Amino acid sequence: MTKQFPRDAKGRPLVAVTGLGIVTSLGQGQADNWAALTAGRSGIHTIRRFPTEGLRTRIAGTVDFLDTDPLVAPALSQRFAEEAAEEAIAQAGIGAAGDFPGALFIAVPPVEMEWPQRQALAEASGQTGPVTYTDLQRAAASRRFDAWHDLFIFGSVADHIAERFGTKGSPISLSTACSSGATAIQLGVEAIRRGEVQAALCIGTDGSVNPESLIRFSLLSALSTQNDPPEGASKPFSKNRDGFVMGEGAGALVLEDAEAAHARGATILGYVLGCGEKGDGFHRTRSSPDGAPGIAAIRAALDDASLSPEAIDTINAHGTSTPENDKMEAMGCAAVFGERIGRLPISSNKSMIGHTLTAAGAIEAVISLLTIAHGRIPPTINYLVPDPAIPLDVVASARDMSVGRVLSNSFGFGGQNTCLVLGDEPA
Amino acid sequence: MSETRDVVVTGLGLVSCAGEGIEAHLAAFGAGAPARTDTETFAPYTVHPVAPLVLDGQIPKKSDQRQMEPWQRLGVYAAGLALDSAGVKADATLKAAMHLVVACGGGERDTAVDGAILTGLREAADPGAYLNEHLLNDLRPTLFLAQLSNLLAGNIAIVHGVTGASRTFMGEEAAGTDALRIAQARIASGQVACMLVGGSYSAERPDVMVVHELGGYLRAKPFRPVFSRDAEGEDGFILGSAAAFLVLESAEHAHARGATILARLGPVASDRTRREAGSTARSLHSLWQAAGVQAPDAVISGATGVVTITAEEGEALSRLAPNATRTALGDVVGHTLEVTAPFGAALAVGLVARGEAREVAVTTVGHRRGEGVIRVTAA
Repeated sequence: MTKQFPRDAKGRPLVAVTGLGIVTSLGQGQADNWAALTAGRSGIHTIRRFPTEGLRTRIAGTVDFLDTDPLVAPALSQRFAEEAAEEAIAQAGIGAAGDFPGALFIAVPPVEMEWPQRQALAEASGQTGPVTYTDLQRAAASRRFDAWHDLFIFGSVADHIAERFGTKGSPISLSTACSSGATAIQLGVEAIRRGEVQAALCIGTDGSVNPESLIRFSLLSALSTQNDPPEGASKPFSKNRDGFVMGEGAGALVLEDAEAAHARGATILGYVLGCGEKGDGFHRTRSSPDGAPGIAAIRAALDDASLSPEAIDTINAHGTSTPENDKMEAMGCAAVFGERIGRLPISSNKSMIGHTLTAAGAIEAVISLLTIAHGRIPPTINYLVPDPAIPLDVVASARDMSVGRVLSNSFGFGGQNTCLVLGDEPA
Repeated sequence: MSETRDVVVTGLGLVSCAGEGIEAHLAAFGAGAPARTDTETFAPYTVHPVAPLVLDGQIPKKSDQRQMEPWQRLGVYAAGLALDSAGVKADATLKAAMHLVVACGGGERDTAVDGAILTGLREAADPGAYLNEHLLNDLRPTLFLAQLSNLLAGNIAIVHGVTGASRTFMGEEAAGTDALRIAQARIASGQVACMLVGGSYSAERPDVMVVHELGGYLRAKPFRPVFSRDAEGEDGFILGSAAAFLVLESAEHAHARGATILARLGPVASDRTRREAGSTARSLHSLWQAAGVQAPDAVISGATGVVTITAEEGEALSRLAPNATRTALGDVVGHTLEVTAPFGAALAVGLVARGEAREVAVTTVGHRRGEGVIRVTAA
C-alpha cells in the first residue's frame, strides 16, 4: 500500500510555495530586496516621474529602474508583474518556458485612461474651444489611437501575463483594494485545495504612482506630507505618523499542491497554511470602531491554518503609517494575541518600500517567506517616537530569530480585511 | 474534487433598460429589441439606458446614494433586489456570513472637470503644475471612492450588510463569467455555503465610449439585432446599463432555511484562448462539453456583435444546439461587459423557474478575450 501524502489538519491538500519573485523601489529580485530590507534602507524618494509643483506630497517609492512606453499604470504594472513572475517561475523550476502548468490569479490596479492620452486625443480632435468628451470620442474614431483600447481595459495585464507564461484557463484579474495581493494568494490556495489545479501563479502588482492617483489619496488625507527627508516619512506605529507613502512593485508566488511539488522533486520554500477574510460594512474608508472585522480576519486565518495564536512567531503588519490603520491593527492584534502582543515581534515593510497598494499583500507575503528562510525579521525603520497608545514589540532594527510562522495582515478601503499564515512546515 | 455539492440559485436581482426584477425581463425577453434605445444623448453612439428607478426602495439613505456614482447605485440596487428575492434581506446573521463576488470595471469620471482641465492645459504655461492644481482643487475628494472597482462591493456591504467578505473581479466579459465560476466552485466544494454574485455596468457615460471607440468596437448606428450585424460597417456593440445579482447556495443550505429554489447552476466552464480564425468556435465546443450541456431548450448568447467572433459563435451554436431557441442578450439589454454572464445566467434561471425551459446554456465570448459556457437546469 502506498503511503498517503500528508494533508493539512482539515484533510485538504497542503499548499506549498516553490517560487518567489519581487520588485520594489529597493530593487529587483529577492537578493537585492532582502539585503536592502534587512539593512533598513528606504526606497522612498522625491518623485522624479512627473512634476510635483503644488502637491502636498512629493515623495513616493516609485520603481524608476524599470520603464515602459507609454509610461502608464497598466503598462508599468504589467512590467513589474512580468519581472516578478519570471523570477518566481525560474526558482520553482516548474513547467517549461511559456508553459506554466497552472492558473493565474493577479491583483492589478483599476485601469483607466491617463492624462497624457486624454491630452493627445484632445489635441488630435482639433477642438479650439472648450474640450468635451465628444471631442475625445471623435479623435478616437480617427483610428490613429486604436492600440490604446487594449492598454486601458481591465483584462489586458492578466491577458499578457497569461500569454507570456502560458498559464492555463481564464486568468483572474482582481481587486480587494489594499488587500488585493493577499486575495490573489487566497484564490490560488483555494483552487489548489479544491483540486482544480496543482499549481497557481499568484501575483500582486502596482505601478500607479501618477499625478491623479497621488492626488486622489491626498484628497482623502491619506498620505504623509513629511516630504523632507523622504526616507523618514513612512513611520508605522510611531506617534508622529501622518499617513502612508505610495509605493510600487510586484510580488509573485508559485503555489503548488505540496504532493505534486514533492513528486517532481521541487524545493519547497514554505507553505501557505491559512487564509482568512472578513468584510466590514461600517464605512467606505474607516474600520468598525470595535475592530471586529479585522480581528475576525486574523482569527479566520488562524482557524484556517488550524493554529492557535501561540503558534505565530512574528507579524508582518499591514502597518501603513496612517493614524487610523496602525491604531486599529494594533487593537486587532492585541485582541487576538492577548498580553503576548507586547513581546510578539511585529514589523512593517512599508516603512521602507511604502504602501504598494494592490501589490502589498503579495510583496509582503514574499518578504514573510524570506523572513522564515533567513531567520531574520526586517526592521520597521523610522520607529523613533513610539506611540504609547500602541504597546507593540515593533522591530526597530533587524532581529535574528528562528521564525517558523508569520501572520501577514492586509486591510483595505471598502471594508477589505485579508490575512495569511505562512509557515516553514505544515501545521 | 473531494466533494461536490449541488449549487442552487435562490435569489435574482436585475435592472436594465427593460425595468427591474425578473418578471419585467422575462416579459421583455422575446421582444427582439431592447425596451429602451437612445440614439441622441450620446450621439453618434446608441445606448440602452436604464429604466427609471426609485432608488430609495433599495438604498434608503440619501447620504449613501450621494456617495455613489450611477454604476454603483445600479449594482447596490440590484443586489438588494436579489437579497429580497431570496428572502434574506432581513436576516442580518445570514448576510453577515454571506460572501460576495462582484464583476465590474471602474466608476464614472467627472466629465466636466476633465473637459475644463483639458481645455486649460492647451494654453497652460506649465502643464504639469496646471494639472496638479486643478486636480487638487476641482476633483471632489470622495469621487475616488465612487470610482474604485472594489467599492461596489464595499457599498453593498454598507447598504445591505453583506459582510462575509468580498472579492472584485475585473477584466470585461470574462470577469463576469469567472465570478460565477469561482463562486459556484467554492460552494460546490464546501468552502462557503452562500454567496451573492453579480456585477453592474453604467453605459450612460461618455468616458467608456472613448475607450470602446478606440479599436472600433462601438456601434455608432441605431439598434440592429446582434446576430444581424455581420454586414460591412454594421458590426460592434451597443452598450447597455444593467446590473445583475444572484444568490447562490448549496442545496443543503437552501433547504435548511426553507428557501425557494429557482434553478441549479452547474460548474461554469471558461477559458482564454489566443484569438485566431476558428478559435472561438473551437473553444465554445470544448467548453460546452466541460460545462456538461446536454440538450438545452434555450441558449442565451452574450455575443457582442463584433465581427468574426459573433458570426463564429452563431455558427457554433447552430451546430451545438440546433433545436434550442437562441436569444442574444444584446437584443434584450444591450452589451453590458462584466455583467453579461451574471445577467445571462439570471435570465436562464428565470426561464427555468417559470417552467419555460428545463436546461439553458449561456455563452459569453468577450470582445477581446475569454470564452465561457454556463449551464442552468431545473432543480
